[in-house]
Amino acid sequence: MSASSETVEELVHKAYPHGFVTEIDADTVPPGLSEDVVRLISAKKGEPEWLLEWRLKAYRHWLTLREPTWAHVHHGPIDYDAISYYSAPKSRADGPKSLEEVDPRLLETYKKLGIPLEEQMALAGIAVDAVFDSVSVATTFKEKLAAHGIVFCSFSEAVRNHPELVRQYLGTVVWPTDNFFAALNSAVFSDGSFVYIPKGVRCPMELSTYFRINASKTGQFERTLIVADEGSYVSYLEGCTAPMRDENQLHAAVVELVALQDAQIKYSTVQNWYPGDEEGRGGIYNFVTKRGECRGARSKISWTQVETGSAITWKYPSCILRGDHSVGEFYSVALTNHYQQADTGTKMVHIGKNTSSTIISKGISAGRAQNSYRGLVKVTKSADGARNYTQCDSLLMGERCGAHTFPYIEVANPTARVEHEASTSKIGEDQLFYCAQRGISPEDAVSLIVNGFAKEVIRELPMEFAVEAQKLLGVSLEGAVG
Amino acid sequence: MLEIRDLHVEVDGKPILKGIDLTIRAGEVHAVMGPNGSGKSTLSHVLAGREGYTVTRGSVTFEGKDLLEMAPEIRAREGIFLAFQYPVEIPGVNNTYFLKAAVNAGRKHRGLEELDAMDFMQLVREKMKVVKMKDDLLKRSVNEGFSGGEKKRNEIFQMAMLEPKLAILDETDSGLDIDALKIVADGVNSLRSPERSMLVVTHYQRLLEYIVPDQVHVLAGGRIVKSGDRTLALELERHGYGWIEQQGVTAA
Repeated sequence: MSASSETVEELVHKAYPHGFVTEIDADTVPPGLSEDVVRLISAKKGEPEWLLEWRLKAYRHWLTLREPTWAHVHHGPIDYDAISYYSAPKSRADGPKSLEEVDPRLLETYKKLGIPLEEQMALAGIAVDAVFDSVSVATTFKEKLAAHGIVFCSFSEAVRNHPELVRQYLGTVVWPTDNFFAALNSAVFSDGSFVYIPKGVRCPMELSTYFRINASKTGQFERTLIVADEGSYVSYLEGCTAPMRDENQLHAAVVELVALQDAQIKYSTVQNWYPGDEEGRGGIYNFVTKRGECRGARSKISWTQVETGSAITWKYPSCILRGDHSVGEFYSVALTNHYQQADTGTKMVHIGKNTSSTIISKGISAGRAQNSYRGLVKVTKSADGARNYTQCDSLLMGERCGAHTFPYIEVANPTARVEHEASTSKIGEDQLFYCAQRGISPEDAVSLIVNGFAKEVIRELPMEFAVEAQKLLGVSLEGAVG
Repeated sequence: MLEIRDLHVEVDGKPILKGIDLTIRAGEVHAVMGPNGSGKSTLSHVLAGREGYTVTRGSVTFEGKDLLEMAPEIRAREGIFLAFQYPVEIPGVNNTYFLKAAVNAGRKHRGLEELDAMDFMQLVREKMKVVKMKDDLLKRSVNEGFSGGEKKRNEIFQMAMLEPKLAILDETDSGLDIDALKIVADGVNSLRSPERSMLVVTHYQRLLEYIVPDQVHVLAGGRIVKSGDRTLALELERHGYGWIEQQGVTAA
């Protein structure tokens, strides 16, 4: 990683004393959800009337929904009235006061990932007073993007400065009534990112949440909207390889992507939220709705995800292939260890003619973890010549974990070609011994084997991310070898 | 270099090795022969530190250190190399990458600097000649889809790269046709040196025509029942293992 990007990384992981959220820091909304809370959130953010109405509609619909139970995950009931829906300052106040109060295993992991001490403190949720000269970095960055007419800002900023764009696209891919968690998010979303790439513009750099100072502390109900106008291209990176501690157990984010004619969006995620301890206590419930629509002809959306964190992951980044000749891709590595549970996959919905999709899913399961792939390939009547290739591989370590595959295929057009391949393998003792006999320690051997297994996905990540993700896969499996 | 004293080993509570004594000095090549089930593979696995074998009595010292105390990867880094009878496939892991990790783990252990990509590849080019390795095997996953001969060649290639002090060849001849056997044996012979010892474990005499040992030991029923020079191997071939087992009984 280059020195400059390290600086940038530092900048976003440190506590940021200023920003658009400061003005409302002092207020606390008591736990529980009602129309008043939704109104309060909207009012505090100074939102226009239409957005408030939009939130309220989502809220009213949410009231009619029940939490879904079809996923292959188990957890105790979530008390939605115990959650504070406007709680930006909460985690700071409740957070540990020093590194001594932080789970030592978490610190050990930080060390292995080579994260500087200051940053460790910020990640662990400790208030850090260090002053950093980084505003200039962010400013330079923004100026460069602005020169191309690219909008990259927090969601709140977008609502203030580009209301017409937000209004035109918000909720058009993931409807506010789409599902239980999406409806909840739509009602109470705190903040998130907004990206607009104008016609014909190729975004000159990878857009990363690292660069957006205000991104911190919006993890719980984050909302992201990316619009790539005709003929444009953007690569967006979300997340961070360092394990993030968070006081909020429930995360219900929504990500919407819109690709117009000939546009391409590449969306990469490394998710490493706190997974809970080795006994399965604590950890984040990550119930996310991510969907992209290839709205125009020859557009392309590509999802790449490396999921190693969270106690429970429930996530299906999907593509609606509406434009003719549009392309959807999904590359995923989901790693679960100890008591982690993941139910993840994708939906590829073929509507346009000659649309094609590729699904490469790699599930790694260790300890007592349960790892499920759930995917839908749907070819509608209109999708002449649609093609899909799906490959689903599972890797197991030990005797007590599980891997499950739930592929759904619905084809309503006889010209469609749909392929599905699946495999399950185990990291064998004979492989570990073979590596050991060559001088390679069990930890390194596991990392080697797992990265070999996942490499088709890893190589889809932007270079810098890929290196970190490789390290992360090894670190996440520590303790999995007996 | 290697001293095995009164080694007793059990697998699942069942005694397999029942008192092995064996001394290998630097530069020597010893062959251990024996029928199926005599404990040959157990001996090589115990020396390499594989799990599932319980040493109930005896000791093994390697260059004056207690070998049995060491984890398998430490033994490897200390200079013990096992050429597997059935080399293991590791899908997705590039052969060259794997080797680099192995070589550098050893170098680090010995307090040497890790080789960078350039130096490493230079070493690879040099050592590939030892077993006439084909280029494409370097680019493939470790042993995945290799033929039997290619796997064995890959083992000897790894041995050349890792430059062990003691190489244990576990039935390296099994599954090889005569041409492949010659190539592998030539490779092994080119790696013989006054500092490097070898323990060649084999069922058949055939391999020993190419890798000529200094001493031959016959293992039967978990004990070394006879030791001699290489003519013992020839004798054994003439009379079969039944002969030696009778001898063993009379000797005992």
